[in-house]
Parts: sequence; structure tokens; C-alpha cells
Amino acid sequence: MTATIRTLRRWTNHPVGRGLLLWLLPAVFLGYFFYQPLLALFSLALKPTPGFSLFALNFNRLWRPFSFTIGQATLSTLLTLIIGLPGAWLFTYFDFPGKRFFKTLTTLPFILPTVVVAAGFNAFLGPRGWVNLALISQFNLAAPPIQFLNTFSAILIAHVFYNTTIVLRVVSNAWSGQNLRLQHAAQVLGASPWRTFTEVTLPQLKPAILAATFLVFLFNFTSFGVVLMLGGPQFATLEVEIYTQALYLLNLPLASILSILQLLCTLLITLGHNRVSGLGDLVSSPPARGITPRKPGKALERVVLFVILAALFVLLVAPLASLAARSFVKLEPTRGERGTIERGLTLQFYRELTVNRRGDLFFVPPIMAARNSFLFALITIGLTLTLGLMVGYAQQHTTILNKIMDPVLMLPLGASAITLGLGFIIVFNRPPFSTLRFPILLPIAHALVALPFIVRTLAPALKNISPSLRNAARVLGASPLRVWREVDLPLLTPSILISAIFALTISMGEFGASTFLVRPDYPTLPVAIFRYISQPGALNYGQALAMSTILMLVCAAGIFAIEKLQKSEKDGV
Amino acid sequence: MLSVSDIEKTYDEQPLLKGVSFSVEENETVCLLGPSGSGKSTLLRIIAGLEEPEGGDVRWDNASLAGVPTHQRRFGLMFQDYALFPHRNVAENIAFGLKMQNLPADEIRLRVENALQTIGMTGFSKRKVTELSGGEQQRVALARALAPNPRMLMLDEPLGALDRALRATLSQELRHILHDSKIPAIYVTHDQEEAFAIADRLLLLHQGSILQSGRPHEFFHRPCNAWVARFFGLGNLIGGTVTSQVPLQVETPLGMIHASCQNQVPALGQHTTLLFRPSQARQAPTLSENKVTGKVLDQVFQGEKFLVSLFINEQVPLFNIMLPEPVSLGDVLAVNYQPTDVLCLNNGA
Amino acid sequence: MRMNLIPLLVVIFTLLTTACTPAFKSAETQSITVMTHDSFAISEALVADFEVEHGVKVIFVRGGDAGTTLNQAILTKENPVADVFYGVDNTFLTRAIEETLFLAYDSPLLAQIPAAFKIDPGNFALPVDYGDVCINYDKAYFAAHNLPVPTSLEALIEPQYAGLLVVENPATSSPGLAFLMATIAHFGETGYLEYWHALRENGVAVVSDWETAYYTNFSGSSGRGPQPMVVSYGSSPAAEVLFAETPLVEAPTGSIIGPNTCFRQIEFVGILKNAPNPDLAKTFVDFMLSVPFQEDIPLQMFVFPVNPQANLPPAFLEHVDTPDQPASLPPELIEARRETWINAWIEVVLD
Repeated sequence: MTATIRTLRRWTNHPVGRGLLLWLLPAVFLGYFFYQPLLALFSLALKPTPGFSLFALNFNRLWRPFSFTIGQATLSTLLTLIIGLPGAWLFTYFDFPGKRFFKTLTTLPFILPTVVVAAGFNAFLGPRGWVNLALISQFNLAAPPIQFLNTFSAILIAHVFYNTTIVLRVVSNAWSGQNLRLQHAAQVLGASPWRTFTEVTLPQLKPAILAATFLVFLFNFTSFGVVLMLGGPQFATLEVEIYTQALYLLNLPLASILSILQLLCTLLITLGHNRVSGLGDLVSSPPARGITPRKPGKALERVVLFVILAALFVLLVAPLASLAARSFVKLEPTRGERGTIERGLTLQFYRELTVNRRGDLFFVPPIMAARNSFLFALITIGLTLTLGLMVGYAQQHTTILNKIMDPVLMLPLGASAITLGLGFIIVFNRPPFSTLRFPILLPIAHALVALPFIVRTLAPALKNISPSLRNAARVLGASPLRVWREVDLPLLTPSILISAIFALTISMGEFGASTFLVRPDYPTLPVAIFRYISQPGALNYGQALAMSTILMLVCAAGIFAIEKLQKSEKDGV
Repeated sequence: MLSVSDIEKTYDEQPLLKGVSFSVEENETVCLLGPSGSGKSTLLRIIAGLEEPEGGDVRWDNASLAGVPTHQRRFGLMFQDYALFPHRNVAENIAFGLKMQNLPADEIRLRVENALQTIGMTGFSKRKVTELSGGEQQRVALARALAPNPRMLMLDEPLGALDRALRATLSQELRHILHDSKIPAIYVTHDQEEAFAIADRLLLLHQGSILQSGRPHEFFHRPCNAWVARFFGLGNLIGGTVTSQVPLQVETPLGMIHASCQNQVPALGQHTTLLFRPSQARQAPTLSENKVTGKVLDQVFQGEKFLVSLFINEQVPLFNIMLPEPVSLGDVLAVNYQPTDVLCLNNGA
Repeated sequence: MRMNLIPLLVVIFTLLTTACTPAFKSAETQSITVMTHDSFAISEALVADFEVEHGVKVIFVRGGDAGTTLNQAILTKENPVADVFYGVDNTFLTRAIEETLFLAYDSPLLAQIPAAFKIDPGNFALPVDYGDVCINYDKAYFAAHNLPVPTSLEALIEPQYAGLLVVENPATSSPGLAFLMATIAHFGETGYLEYWHALRENGVAVVSDWETAYYTNFSGSSGRGPQPMVVSYGSSPAAEVLFAETPLVEAPTGSIIGPNTCFRQIEFVGILKNAPNPDLAKTFVDFMLSVPFQEDIPLQMFVFPVNPQANLPPAFLEHVDTPDQPASLPPELIEARRETWINAWIEVVLD
């Protein structure tokens, strides 16, 4: 007995042994819930099927969606960086009224189902959207001047809309943690502000920018709803092709080949990212002097600030605001005259949300949908943080194991929700999962999608904790658990909170896998929204927008709560 | 060269610097000494142009530097945490300032090589700065600050993070390098030994203004007030009330003491502080003047002499003297001070 | 400071327990599981009656839209999640039959149902309801522009209707697929591509799904899009009346009812092979064909019941236009040619 304990202890003290132990749970989780369904689906798909031969495959059917996917993802990512980096600069250096509120708003696009975002953009930029209406009445135009829907630009703009928050959060977090003295040192050594930026600030930000770029690229790469709904049918990414082939044509072999192609790309991107970020992997001393945001001073500064804020506002907030505004606006009953839109404020759409007019069995009051969404999000947060921390600790030492496991871990990012959902259905349609009425598979699927982000956020923070701090605590008599609570936890708090926000938003907004896995008695907010918008009628449309507004509110409340925790944490110290 | 006049700065709505003025001359190393929180670093940052003063002026050769951005001031600044660029290796760190002057690559390489030689680190050029020891980082930081030939160098607690033994050797080295380079320097520290070792001239900063300035030994011989004497640990400080001006007599818990005063003689009835240096205690039982009697509490051998702690009475529970011979614990001892050795000081802050 | 995490944990725990409690109840009673698509809806009272009468608990599982749900059922047919599957329509019927998804069931209630709906002679899939995919038009637009409402498929390629129609991609949308089939039924396999080519020349807008088409592109909906004609359902105008913010006398939209302009979709129910409770499943299928359920259908799902004994609600009768000559195609032909048609369509319309 004691011998086993001793062996165990020796194992836990050795980096490799500890790595193995820490990897155990995440590996089992990933293996069971990700690789098993995936392999099951592929093996099913690759069974010889009459009428399908791998050799007769027209490679154009792979190449076209593939090249389009790469092209649009590259462009979208560049645009997102062009918008996001100045934003990150602004959020790092300046304080302005409503900053926190604005920051939360920029996170909200992440959670919204695409069909609602399409409605938001339509309300804002569509042919009868507010911008076009204003332009028409201002300049007496015959036709709406802005063509937005079903264009390639719509895809790009929607991607920027969705992903700018990643750049904002990841980069500004790293930026404000930078040691201000390095910039001062450069200035004293004769570097002008611009050269200070290019020679010191930018190289230091490189890992964060790369990480953000990588995440944004992956999101754009696997983009589905945006391309389908805003781009229209002439554009198809790999993910859209997978969806079409798997769900409409039941051409599983082709869908699987496309899935494998997509997974391979993800793998390559991940490996490439690791290589690049490995070069810039800096363990800097904890910042002696972080950057404290200040009020904008000079006139020029104010102008620049205003321009960036305005751009962010138009791109990120205006569609959301248009959407929310529409949920309070009643259109005239004799609709259809193609002139003015008569506006009347109303709360009717919200009132109707709580009325089960038809006695529908599946009617769910919004509060219950919000509760379900929140509940799934909390479970997702719990799962991802637990697993993410384990992986983070396992990755503290560079071992061969970590090199192998990292891509294994990142692969779920590239799996399409459709592939995952179908795989889940095939593998888990038996007890215990089929007998459980609580759809635990839903938060598990969300956790699989969120885990790579969380690991990417937590691992660098963990690496930055100096071992001497832990040793100091241990010498002062803290047990290992206590060391974790007193040293690691407080230092990790900001990263944990960012992770929690990521997990929350991913889970709250996830729709693809949810449609497969959700039980009618536990609909989430996006599912409830979809239920309204898939039926004709002004009331349904209004209710969908009202429900979306509620989703935004619930999410904003969640983000505020998480950030509040961070603030009280700071105050408490 | 550099002159700083009436610098004012508040921090968190508390006055931090309240009219600081001083100047630095050619080839001179000035030490800015003060306890932590006295505003030393802020003063350096203002001189460097990293912060704006709320009042006063920084001038170089009589031209005001207000409005000159940091990177055009051509000052060197060595930071407390060295602020080495973690994304650059040793040579690239040292080359940074030269690169900012857009010097040709060959010259940069040559000067970096020289700088490495000066700090005795040839062969380190390709090393990552994050892999260096504290002392090595300190040297690289110094080399980096010196390489572009700044017209003045500022050092903010450059040895603060190092251990004592290293500090002693490095402060020696630093003094030589500073003197050899002939660059005027402002050296900020809270450590008096370090200050004495480096400084040509010392400025004592306390509560936002310069309390005293002068050559190091002057602080020892003529501390300007009781706070300065306490800061340097010059000896026993005993409070009392002036009862006579000529000759100066002060009523203290030790009894009536005859003292001398270097500046203005305090007014009658004024409260004042007397400095009794342990080394100036004399064992002359025949003298009755300025007699201090107490019980031996403790004694410590300090190289040539013994530091003996006496219990005098309830008001003066501890009084230190230096004696050439050991004494026994519990003995009652009496020592005398010559009136010229008892220094009467302003209470100060 | 660490205390902040504790309330959070308490909240999580409470939510978890409240959420999980129903899962442990009702384990005793028998249950029947019905797998269906997202558009399925039923009155709460009706289900409650059924549960009381038969002493069972009815559990509904939804698997996304109609196509997705069917494919899920096919993928899990060896070990089905459910007993009853509802929601396969005539465009996918043959796939379900060929995959031997269902058990045959000769329900006594089939006698009440017209032969036209009983497409599957083996009675593996039993008809439940039907509806028409039709082109909806924005009445106000046509009135304001003094434009006659087109009455045939051919009219849509006239220049006066250039850019006025939005359709869904048949590869990703089931009304889109139905409309494609209507054109095939009308112009034949040889002529439909030429027709679509002409439609394309005339500026037909194509979007991916019904939601976008109806709410983003169609001018008659609250989305107020650019096109006054959309491929939707014959019952959509009724829904516009029923789900108006303010009571309406007349529907703001109408359906174009001409020869073959609408495609008839019939939805079927079947008992899954390997179902855990085949007997209960039969009871439920009977229930779906019986009058109470059939009468519940129109206002829940906006389609027509197949059982003629069911009375239709007046609102429905008033605003839903039914085509005299709906288009249809033999299910076997659909199954054999579906992918070919779609791919050919993509080449003509999108590339």
C-alpha cells in the first residue's frame, strides 16, 4: 500500500508522470466524446456504397469549396485585424465614458444566431434598412443605394462583426499587461513613439496577435451560417458543403472526405501557429508597471479616438441596436406600401412571449429558455475550466507528450457542428445518454468547441507564474492545494474570467449542434428564436427579435457578472 | 549642464514633489538619496520627459526641455528592473539606442562589441536576456544605457535587486565606469552605503523636497536636522528644552547638557534634539559635565571596538556608546561628552 | 476575495438540481418517444388527454429540420432513439422506404383517408397532413405598381417581373427543392433547365433557406426586403393574419395559384423498426390519424389534415388558397433523380 503511494508520489513529482496524470482526464474526455463519434461517423461513411467511388470523385468538388474557404477566411481575418487592432489600442490606452458597456456590447455578436444577425443587418443595411431609408429620403433616390445582402462583402463584414471581439479581448488583455518600462526604456534610448511601437510594443504583442489571428482564421475557416445566410447560395465553404452533402443529400462519403479535409486544415493551421508562437514564446517578468488607461488628451487624440470608436460602433453595435430597436417597433397593420415605415413603439412582442396562444405543447416562456441557456453555459464553463486547467498544467513543461497532445486537443476546433452532431447521434443514442432526460450531451458538445480557446487563454498565463512564488508559499507552510488557492488562483483570475466569458458566449450562442442535441423540453434561447423565425407572420418575426434581444441581455448580464467578479477580486486585494 | 528648478508633482492628489531644485555639473555623479516613496523615481521620470511636472522647469545648458519629447533628450536611463527587451538578445538590446540614431550597421557592431568588453561580457552577444543572471542583466542594462553616448545618465536603483556581495563589487565597478565615461550621472538609491560609494555629491530627498545636499562626509559631520541624523543612524538622539543660549544649555532626560550648535542657536525654551555619537563617548570619570550614567544591557564586538547599550532611565531606555574595552553586563557605567561633541539639531520633519 | 466563487457554485448547484429533478421522476410510467422535425407542433391539452387515456408519457425528440431529422433516423436505425417518426414528406419518402426505416402498419383509420394521399402501398409510411409550396406575393406592391399578379410559371420570365422573385436553394432548403420539382413536373425533365436559365436571366434571387428568403428578401413580411414574390407555403398568408401585431381583415400577402405553380408536400408518419414499444407506437399513429389530432393540425402547423372528417377552422379556410392543380412527381422518380436535378440546377442557376 505504502509502496503504491510512494510510486504514485514519484510519478506525480516527475514532469512526465505528472503530465500523464494531468492529461488523463482531458484525453479520456476528448477520446470518448470527440474522437469516438467522429471515427464512428467516418467508418459508417467509408463503408462501400453503391454509386460512390473515391476514385471517380471529381476533385473540383473538393477544390472549389476549399479554395473559396481559404480565400474568404484570409480576407476576413485581415479585415478583422484592421478593425480590431486599433480597437485594442484604444481599449488599452484610453478611458472613456461607457467603456465597459461598449466592451461588453462588442462581445455580443459572438452569441447571436446567424439568422438573427442577418435580420439585424437587414434592419440596418438592407434595402429597407435604416441606413438606406435615410439615404433615400435625404437624397431623393429611386433605389436603395447600398446593396448588402447576398454579396461577398456581406460575408466579410459579418465575419468582422462576429470576430472583432476576439482581437479586442485577446490583444488588449496582453497589451495592458505589457511592462510600460520597456516602452519608456526605448523612448529614453531615442526611439520616437512610432519606432517604440514597431520595435518594442509590436514584437511583444506578437504572440497575442498571432493567437487572435489564429482563432479568427479558424472561425472564419469553419464559418457556416454567415456564408449560408448572408452570402447566399453562390458561396459555399467546406462547412456549408459538409452540411449540404450530409444533411440534404445524405452523401456521407463525400461529407466525410470534406470533413477530413477540414480537420486536416485545422491541424495544419494549429501546427503552423504553434511553430510561430513558439518563436515568440516569452516568459517576461511580471509587469512592474502595467498600462493604466487614461482620458484622451489632445485634440488629435480625441479625433483618432472618435474615428475608431465610430467605426467599431457602426460595425459592431449598430446592427445589434437596429435589431433591438426593431423588437420595440410595431409596423403599421396595412403593411406593404413601399414608402415610409410608420413607427409605433410597442412592448407587444415581449408580452406575447409569455402567452401560449395556441396551447402549444412546446411553448416555452422566455425565462425558461434563458434559464436553460444559462444552465448549459454554466456547465460548459465548469467543464472547460476544469479540463482547461488540467491541460494548462500539463503543458507547463515541454515534453514530447505535450507536442503530441496539443494538436489532438485543437482538432475539435475544426470539426463542423454537423459532423459532431451526427457523430453524437450515432454513438450516444443508447443508455445512459438516451435514458437521461437532461441533455447533458449539449454542454459536453459546447465544451468540446470551447476547450481549445480556453486552453489557449489559460496556458500562457500559467506559464507566467514564477515557480518561486509557489515555492515561497510552500516554504511558508501552505499545502499543495493551499498553494494553488493562494498563489495560482489569484494570479490566474483574469485569464480564468476571460475563459469563462469565452465559454459562456460560445455555449449561449451555439446553434448547429444544439438543434441535434436539444430536447424539446429544454430549448435554449437560440433554438427558441429559431422556432419563431421559421414561421411566417409579423408577430413571429417580432417575437424572434424580442427573444434575440433577451438573449443579448442575458449574455450581457453574464459577462457583466463575470467582469464584476474580477473587479471585486481586485478591490478585495 | 542640467538644472532642475522648483519641480512640483502630485500623486493621487497628495503632493509628491514640492519644489525640488538642484543641478548637475560636468563629470559629476550626483546621488539622489531618500527613503522609498520620497519621489526619487518620479523626479527621474520627469527629467527624462516620461512625465510632465506640474510646476517648475528642467533645463539643459540653460535651455528649457519643456516640450522636448523623451526620445530627443539624449539622456540615458537605467531602470530598477532593467527593462531589458525580452524579445531581443544581449547584443540587440545594447544596439537598440544606436539603431535609433540610424548609425551604419558596422559601427553599431563595433560599438556593441566595445560595450560588451567594458562590462566584461564579450561572448554573451547572442544570449537571450531572459537567461542572464541578475548581475549580468544589470551590466547589459548599463551597457545599453551607455552605448548611445547619452549626454547624461540616470540610474534608478540599479543595484536594488541584487544581493549584498554583488552590490559591493558592482558599485565599485559602476563608479569606475561612470568616471571613465565622463558622463554626468544622477544615481537614485535608498541605500546610503551605495550612495557614499558612488556619489561625488549627495542630495537627500525627503517629503518632496531636498533636505540637504553636499559631499558625503558633510552629512556625517553636519546633519542639517534630527531627521537626517536619524536617517543616517548617526547616534543617540535625545530631545530637550533650551534653558540658556550662551553657553548653550539644554534640559534633557539625561540631565542638563552643555551642547554646541553649528547653525542658528535655538531660542530660549525651544524644543530641540541633541545628537550623541557613540564613538565620542569618553570614559573620564573625573569630569562631571555632560555625564551619562547607565546600566549595561548588551554589548557587541564590532571589529575594533565594542558597541555597548546602556539603560539610562525610563525616558531613555537605550543609549549606545563605543568603548575600546569590554565591560560586564549589568555593570553601571558612566561616560562623558564634551560640549563640542554634543550637536544641537533642529527637530526637522 | 475567494468567497466570490462560492455563491457562483451555489447558483450552479441549485440550477443543476432543479433542472435534473424531473429526470428522476416519472421513471415508473411507460413512455413512448416520437422523433420529429422542428416545425412539429401540437396542443398541450391533446397530448395530456392521450397520456391520461393510455397511461403513458409522450416524449418528443426533435432533430432539426425535416431532412436532417430523417437522416438522423436513418443513421440510427439499428438502435433507434424513438418509437414513432413523423415528418418525412413525399420528396424524401422513397429514401425512408428504401432504407427500411419503418414497420408496416395497416391502421384501421386509413380507411377514412382519400387514396390520393396513400402514396406508399406497403403502408410503411402513413399520410398525416399535406400542404402546398407556393409563390407568395406582396399584395401592396402589385397594387402600388399597377402590376398584374402572375398566374403561371411561364409568366415569371416576363420582363415586367424582372428581379421580383426570390427562391431558395434546393440543395439546402426543402421548399426550394419542392419548387424545383414543381418546375420539373410542369416543364418535364427536358425543359426545366431552360426555364431556370430564363429565370436567371430575369434576375431571380436565390438564397439558402426559407427564413432568409421570407424575412430578409420578401417585401410582404416584416423584414421588408426587395422582392415582392417568394417561394413559401400556401398557408403563409393565413399565418400572416393569425400572427399579425394588429388584427387584420385581409392577408397582406397571397399565393399564386396556377397550373403547377404549387408543389404538394404530403407528410407521413411511420413506426420505426426496432422500436422499443411497437404496440404503443401503433396507438400513437392511430391517434395522429384520428379527428381530434387532425383538427389540431391546421392552426399548429399550418398544413391541411389528410382526414376529410376533420373540420377546418374558419380563419384557415378564409386565407389559405388551395391550388386546383398542384404539381407532383412520383416518389421513386424523385429518389432516383434528386441529386442529379439539384446538381444540374446548381450549374444553371448558381455557376
